[in-house]
Amino acid sequence: MSARIRKIVTFVDEVFLEMGRPVEPPTRRAAAVAVIENPFAGRYVEDLTPLMQIGEELGRLLTERAVAALGIPGDQAQSYGKAAAVGEDGELEHAAAILHPKLGVPVRQVLGKGAALIPSSKKRGGPGVVLDIPLGHKDAAFVRSHFDGMEVRITDAPRAGEIMVAIAVTDSGRPLPRVGGLTRDQIKGEDGLR
Amino acid sequence: MPEVVLRKRALIIEEIFHEGGPPAAVPLRRGAAMALIHNPFAGRYVEEIQHFMKDLEPLGLAMARHLLAALGGDAKAIQGYGKGAIIGAAGELEHGALWHAPGGYAMREVLGGAKAIVPSTKKVGGPGTRLDVPVTHIDASYVRSHFDAMEVGIADGPKADELLFVLVMTTGARIHNRAGGLNAADIKGEDGLR
Repeated sequence: MSARIRKIVTFVDEVFLEMGRPVEPPTRRAAAVAVIENPFAGRYVEDLTPLMQIGEELGRLLTERAVAALGIPGDQAQSYGKAAAVGEDGELEHAAAILHPKLGVPVRQVLGKGAALIPSSKKRGGPGVVLDIPLGHKDAAFVRSHFDGMEVRITDAPRAGEIMVAIAVTDSGRPLPRVGGLTRDQIKGEDGLR
Repeated sequence: MPEVVLRKRALIIEEIFHEGGPPAAVPLRRGAAMALIHNPFAGRYVEEIQHFMKDLEPLGLAMARHLLAALGGDAKAIQGYGKGAIIGAAGELEHGALWHAPGGYAMREVLGGAKAIVPSTKKVGGPGTRLDVPVTHIDASYVRSHFDAMEVGIADGPKADELLFVLVMTTGARIHNRAGGLNAADIKGEDGLR
């Protein structure tokens, strides 16, 4: 099944100053969010395979959009995250079916690598619900400077029979990171953790 | 002369395919460029503030160009526009009014001489405040199909001593517009109204 997309919204933010100090280079984050029809709204359906296929399709589309919005080649992305918000006539499990089984493979194809788990969040809500997409380093989940989150929100979504699916990509960590932990230059890149 | 100190900029690009009706042949795109800057007048009453409008002109132009590029780069494709400001809590509404001239000038400059007044709104608010930026046709304010609005905001701004300035551009009418009135095809283009 292919997604019936009502709209795609892309968000980009760039931070130049934090507490009066220059952030050099500026930190940059992008999120691409699709608002799609929930084919299973309003009824219980056992087999969620079609939503898994939709996840695969959106994984590629939204990652390409986010990377394009940053204006970088995919392999220059540093961290990523994903999230979904299901409208009131859907189940949390619908979000899970989109996000977890198949979405990650095309995300990693677009970004070149991606050994780390893609951090995720999901919720059910009405139009305008706020989605906080967790962010973590794409090759080593323990890179502390890249633990972050990006808030997205679309005024008119999700309607009751819709699902919002979001992918966030950055080319940087937090502005002025200084809480220690594993750093980018220490990544071994073997297990996706360190 | 106070300089413009930019903390953060953000873009939102919406691509709308349908809203429950027949998918449009050409999706509608709406975009917003936002800038969070320091408010040089925060925390006290300053009588003479007009000089800051001149300082804001380069920011306005940069935002208009950035937004146009994010919408595809073709000035002829832009049909609607609007602007707005959110003033952090240590500022006054009047500080937001400083955006009228540089924001409008910048979009006219980049779009090559749009005739209609740029509709606008402003308010004082804290971080995360949302603003519904009004949108009308760039050459004739009465074109009913292009009456629209785009909701914008930034989770962590404006701080009390900041200003959030917004420019919005759109590539067409509401996606299923059918409420009648003056059509874009019937614009006389003499007075910016009809």
